[in-house]
Amino acid sequence: MALLQVNDIASGYEGVQILWGVNLKLEPGKLTTLVGSNGVGKTTLLKTVMGLMAPINGSVFFQGEDVTNLSAHARANAGMVLVPEGRQLFTEMTIYENLEMGAFSHRARANFKQNLDKVYELFPRLKERTRQKAGTLSGGEQQMVAVGRGLMAEPEVLMLDELSLGLSPLLALTLFEALTRLKKTGLTMLLVEQNVTMALAVSDYAYVLAEGKVHLEGPARELSKNDEVRRTYLGI
Amino acid sequence: MLDQLISSLTDGLLLGFVYGVAAMGLTLIWGVMSVINLAHGPVIAMGMFGTYLLFTHLGVNPYLAMVPVAGAGLIAGLVIYVIAVHRVINAPHLSSLLATFAVNMIIIGVGTAVFSTSPQNINYSLGSVEVGFLTFPASRLVGAFGAILVTACLYLFLYFTRAGKAIRAVANNRMAAELMGIPSSRVLALSFGLGTMMAAVAGGLIATFFPFTVLSGGPYELKSFVICVLGGLGHPLGALVGGLMLGGLEGLIPTFMPVSWVPVVEFGLFVLVLLVRPSGLFGAK
Amino acid sequence: MKVWQKPGFWLPLVIVLVWGGAVLLIHQDTMRESAFVLLMAVGLASSLNILLGYTGYVSFGHIVFFGLGGYTGFYLLSEQGWPLFASAIGGGLLSAFIAGLVGLAVLRLRGAYFALATIGINEAARAFVSNFEPYGGATGMFVNFSAYQKYGGPGPALWTTFTFLWITTMVVLVASYLVKHSRFGLGLLAIREDEDAAMVMGVKAPKAKTITYVISAFFPGVIGTLYFFKNGNIEPGDAFQLHMSIEMLVMVMLGGMGTVMGPLVGAVGYQWLRGYLLTSPIFKDLHLAVAGAMLLVIILFVPAGLVGWVRNHVQRLQKVLE
Ligand SMILES: Nc1ncnc2c1ncn2[C@@H]1O[C@H](COP(=O)(O)OP(=O)(O)OP(=O)(O)O)[C@@H](O)[C@H]1O
Ligand SMILES: [Mg+2]
Repeated sequence: MALLQVNDIASGYEGVQILWGVNLKLEPGKLTTLVGSNGVGKTTLLKTVMGLMAPINGSVFFQGEDVTNLSAHARANAGMVLVPEGRQLFTEMTIYENLEMGAFSHRARANFKQNLDKVYELFPRLKERTRQKAGTLSGGEQQMVAVGRGLMAEPEVLMLDELSLGLSPLLALTLFEALTRLKKTGLTMLLVEQNVTMALAVSDYAYVLAEGKVHLEGPARELSKNDEVRRTYLGI
Repeated sequence: MLDQLISSLTDGLLLGFVYGVAAMGLTLIWGVMSVINLAHGPVIAMGMFGTYLLFTHLGVNPYLAMVPVAGAGLIAGLVIYVIAVHRVINAPHLSSLLATFAVNMIIIGVGTAVFSTSPQNINYSLGSVEVGFLTFPASRLVGAFGAILVTACLYLFLYFTRAGKAIRAVANNRMAAELMGIPSSRVLALSFGLGTMMAAVAGGLIATFFPFTVLSGGPYELKSFVICVLGGLGHPLGALVGGLMLGGLEGLIPTFMPVSWVPVVEFGLFVLVLLVRPSGLFGAK
Repeated sequence: MKVWQKPGFWLPLVIVLVWGGAVLLIHQDTMRESAFVLLMAVGLASSLNILLGYTGYVSFGHIVFFGLGGYTGFYLLSEQGWPLFASAIGGGLLSAFIAGLVGLAVLRLRGAYFALATIGINEAARAFVSNFEPYGGATGMFVNFSAYQKYGGPGPALWTTFTFLWITTMVVLVASYLVKHSRFGLGLLAIREDEDAAMVMGVKAPKAKTITYVISAFFPGVIGTLYFFKNGNIEPGDAFQLHMSIEMLVMVMLGGMGTVMGPLVGAVGYQWLRGYLLTSPIFKDLHLAVAGAMLLVIILFVPAGLVGWVRNHVQRLQKVLE
């Protein structure tokens, strides 16, 4: 059974509908990528899935239960965690406090120490500057905090929006490496990435979003050989 | 001359501590949800009357009375938030300004009907304190002490408790807080409640200094605006400093010019600071 | 279509024209008094709406222009012997001048910061006037009796004042319509939607906002002069009531901000309600609380105001209710 299932989601903003019936399934333990050109509605989809926006139509099932009418914080408490686009850190709080806030939910609090150690192991840089205000960190460090904060929530499913946006190739590589390590622990993930080549390389499965719907889907390896995908998203 | 100057300055500063607490409630609410609570004055008045009623009718020591008054202030704030503020929290500023003003009208309306607008006072004296050539009512000293205590508690709460940190997180980034599983609406309600709680306590403290009416909160609301802007809107500690500045000014100005010029200077300064440094005199640019 | 062919332009104007004309014809003192209060509310709310409704800037202390203009007009009239008309214009011009002076600085502030600054300006002005001896300081001024003589005694003078107010109110409504439907007004709407975007599109926001502020400050100055002349005295407590300022906001909100008709409907509706509550035996003691509760309901559930609501729900009336 799929861990997260998105059924026929339609969503949009005042006056403009962006999504026109998106279907998506995340299998447990798999890393899935969502591909699509700028402005097609990937962020909108993630926000709707998380409950930050109410859908016009459609439903979201998590662990077999209908969560469509739950608030975002209730979904987070249930184990759905989004690392949002643009990081959205608590800029006025320290790194440590940001991670602490990540572990706000009841489920995450119990294993706070272990999770903290895991995050520090993944991003040793963070450990060196726990008392620094998140707003004063470099872009790459901020992204590490954002991912680390998401991990502190002890997600059942981790959704990452624009993981490597604005990072140096080296740092992007570090983060992708972190992803593969997380994958090995059995974490289910949904990735939205500008760097489609890289994303498809690490993913198991992929969806291509176009004109408000799922345009293509399939195992990541196959999609990366698909002519249309190669032309449109890989620039080959 | 110098003696008189120091004495009126001390007077003003002691009062300034309590102004600071009143303003802290306002600035906390602004800092967390960018709402200017125009029901602030009436809540201060509620604090005055709450303390007064407990003291006059039940014989409770006024300082002890402030504990239940604080609780009532907290609850009042939660109720106000849920009924009047929550629906307009994301609307343009005019909506929340008018919604809280409507609450202001309701409280004043009911208050006037119940208590009329005749002045009351709390007939409880702690005597006076003499330090060198300075003499001032002991209630002022207790008030200042209470203000420091309230500030310290607020800081401990915001920095060392789970709920307090959640408030800071929501103030900083509401969406991210929600994504971390923090129930932001409840946190907003709590913050509003804390803001009104401080207003009510400030009212109780002021009631031990001066006579008051149902309408007495108004001037303190205006003072709170000035203080918040001096100290930087949204910064609780700034409010205490701003309160001391305002108290100090109120103590000093009358030794140089007629008392009636005090508000001219206060509000002139207020507008000036808003224009030149809207983040407050100490805030980052 | 030219402006004078549009029903939305004529409707509010005709209402006020007929209303004031009828009062003048019937010539009854009590009727004049109540019409005076209502027309004044319409004029003040409409002036405020020119700024609030079209630019989105919440001038919380807008009454300062009523107070300052009223004081100045009163001074010119009573102490300097100017005729009423010239004094009122003088009061209006002073308000406009002050608005121009502070506007450039204050209108840089956005949202609640602007609202707070206008409260501060009103309080500072009140405190200053209370200390300003030429304006009578804290006690204010009384009308020099000779000022009535020009109009044939106090009675006829009141009728003249009413006529001026009536005309002023119509001028405000015309100004409101013209601002809304000009190119200039289009720029203001862009500012209201998104000021930064408007600037990018080439709207000279600071200048446009300041001009609007000046226009919306001029009329309260005129109306203030007329009102205080009618009252026969002026004092700081009456001239700078923050409460009145907020009532103006409530009227605009009640009727529908950003519409020409809204402030008219809102002002009349609010004053009627207030009158009803104040005299009703059930609500008399609680009139303030009941008014507050109603305001709350409007803000929470009908934020577009009455006119806005009707416009949104009855397509056909959109042309008539501008
Ligand atoms: N708050 C909003 N109000 C109105 N329209 C919006 C809003 N946010 C996004 N949009 C529009 O919705 C569409 C989809 O936006 P979205 O952010 O979901 O795209 P995306 O696929 O994440 O793009 P990118 O790859 O650039 O991040 C865009 O056309 C965008 O302009
Ligand atoms: Mg996006």
